[in-house]
Amino acid sequence: MAKLNMVKALNLALMQEMERDPDVLVIGEDVGVDGGVFRVTEDLHRTYGSKRVIDSPLAEAGIIGASIGMALYGLKPVCEIQFSGFAFQCFHQIENHAARYRNRSQGRFHVPMVIRMPYGGGVRALEHHSESEEQFYAHIPGLKMVIPSGPRNARALLAAAIRDPDPVVFFEHKALYHAHKEDVPDESETMEIGRARVVREGDDLTLVAWGGMLRVAREAAETLEQEDGVGSDVIDLLTVAPLDRETIVRSVNKTGRVVIVHEAPRSFGPGAEIAASIMDGAFLSLEAPIARVTAHDVPFPGFAREKANVPDVARVVAAARDTLAY
Amino acid sequence: MPRTVLEPRFQVEYLSVLDAEGSLDSALDPGLPPAELKRLYRAMLLGRRLDERMVRLQRQGRIGTFAPIKGQEASQLGSVAVLRPTDWMVPSFRETAAMIWRGWPIEKLLLFFAGHLEGGQPAPDQRDLPITIPVSTQLPHAVGLAYAAQYREDDVIVMAYFGDGATSEGDFHEALNFAGVWHVPVVFVCQNNQWAISVPLKKQTNSKTIAQKALAYGLPGIQVDGNDVLAVYAASREAVARARAGDGPTLIECVTYRLGVHTTADDPTKYRSAEEVAEWERRDPLTRFAAYLKRKRLLDEGLEAAVDEEIAAAVARFEATGVADPLVMFDHVYAELPPDLKAQREALAEGLRSGEPGRREKHEPSPPMRGQRSGKR
Ligand SMILES: Cc1ncc(C[n+]2csc(CCOP(=O)(O)OP(=O)(O)O)c2C)c(N)n1
Ligand SMILES: [Mg+2]
Repeated sequence: MAKLNMVKALNLALMQEMERDPDVLVIGEDVGVDGGVFRVTEDLHRTYGSKRVIDSPLAEAGIIGASIGMALYGLKPVCEIQFSGFAFQCFHQIENHAARYRNRSQGRFHVPMVIRMPYGGGVRALEHHSESEEQFYAHIPGLKMVIPSGPRNARALLAAAIRDPDPVVFFEHKALYHAHKEDVPDESETMEIGRARVVREGDDLTLVAWGGMLRVAREAAETLEQEDGVGSDVIDLLTVAPLDRETIVRSVNKTGRVVIVHEAPRSFGPGAEIAASIMDGAFLSLEAPIARVTAHDVPFPGFAREKANVPDVARVVAAARDTLAY
Repeated sequence: MPRTVLEPRFQVEYLSVLDAEGSLDSALDPGLPPAELKRLYRAMLLGRRLDERMVRLQRQGRIGTFAPIKGQEASQLGSVAVLRPTDWMVPSFRETAAMIWRGWPIEKLLLFFAGHLEGGQPAPDQRDLPITIPVSTQLPHAVGLAYAAQYREDDVIVMAYFGDGATSEGDFHEALNFAGVWHVPVVFVCQNNQWAISVPLKKQTNSKTIAQKALAYGLPGIQVDGNDVLAVYAASREAVARARAGDGPTLIECVTYRLGVHTTADDPTKYRSAEEVAEWERRDPLTRFAAYLKRKRLLDEGLEAAVDEEIAAAVARFEATGVADPLVMFDHVYAELPPDLKAQREALAEGLRSGEPGRREKHEPSPPMRGQRSGKR
């Protein structure tokens, strides 16, 4: 057991998976000698060499496309896209191919690869370095979309993603990389992809969040408990797709009120899909309209205005109070 | 500080072995044994006859839209014929003749073009990727396959196909660049058929040749007469040998012509002249090779009838294929069906059984009945 931040926890998962399976490769821009711009791949190059830890040319379609070829051959590439805002340069490879080879070849081929990307704001970064785009990947049949919320689940989910026979898009929130440390077991650990976790329990309200917004939802739940005596279920989604509707529906059937929090823009975002699942599975339990606290439907407004765009504790608490007072 | 010309100076070769009348430049003859020459011609003829048959099948509504190969038989077969079964073949969408050479049953290709996913499934031991529709996007996959082969130290090379229009796509350039940097065993075969739907080559690139684009990425490029099966064979054999020897990738530009429509949904009279087509018909790869073989007394009597019979039998097998089970669409999305998708599958299955295909899928856990709310108010 060691106390690790998320960067070190992810690094541990990569180290151990590469040790476990010689077919696991790491590829991306600056992932080798430099250890990645966020240092997630630090020391892998020294340990496993440049054939397994590949400093690729600066070309996202090439990175993902070549990794698809490697995966079709039977290797298990873990690709790093330096920032999620640059994944549109390879979006076609992900949608047209990574997600489809299994189906196109009717099971003759599959694409066991992981596409890691730092995402999210709150780090005073430039345009294209601060966005939250999980909805694009969650909408693609054939892909899985995973977003950890802390060091321990990041490590366990990355290991699970590497072992998954299907392509997994794995988002890492930049503001979480160094946010806090957690006890992470030394021995290898995995978590089931497709399972949400209830990380706090209460009977009055359900808060659904993931990645960088989990902390916001948890703090809002704390405030509501302290100031309003309201008990909240806080659901950490962990996997956006395939969505664990069962856990959400079960909670809302208990509480009757729900606030969904996400950092992606509101319209057609994951919140809408979660709301639809609640309508399907918990309609008769609802005491109030389903609330969403999200970023606005605007392009990244620059970090000077970012606070007014990305959901914070105050906005979540206010939405929860409206919901509770409905 | 003078201004100087950098070394090495680059050059691009052009290779042609058989002229339009079928006369051989014996110095460049790849020296194929008679049986191999006959096999190549048969495959070219089969490609041509099947193409004609498929156009008719499409017009009759028995298959959907497809991309005919007429005129490109030599480019496809001269190149694919140098591969071993253990090598990888990465097609685009106009490689019917090459795919048949690689062992795809004709009826399977027909199934594919009739809209059945089953037609895209390579055999378990077949090292062929399925048809790729998005132009150029298969090329990075070829590079990745080659990287993996090299990583595993397998004696395997990769051959990838694409068109002239494809060389404008970013993926083409990324693939060549990665292949050059990684020095992997891949052969890029461009079928420059002069047109990308309605756009002629001169609107596609300001380069004199496509072959020269390789030089920018540090790999050799060669232009060959793509209607000359022996020239394509010779250049491909050389490139494959280089790849196998660990000497890296090659780009081969086969200068050829699409004699037919772009796809069965296209009308080429809108954008090109009958004279241009007639000019290329004089350079037909089949007539030229047939003339050469005839002179060598290697042209078998009754070959056309035999080929047509093979096609007819395959068409009959294709037509005997049962109706498509809609539920198959769920079978190969993930290794394991996620709960959502299982529910969608069950809803469709139930709808199909009951004849009410529009039913809502059931969600688990099912909603509580009215008045049975479990939560507090
Ligand atoms: C990425 C992409 N853009 C557009 C198309 C539509 N399209 C199909 S074939 C084609 C022309 C391709 O030309 P070329 O690469 O020369 O190949 P050819 O059809 O001549 O064999 C186009 C534009 C496509 N399939 N994929
Ligand atoms: Mg073309």
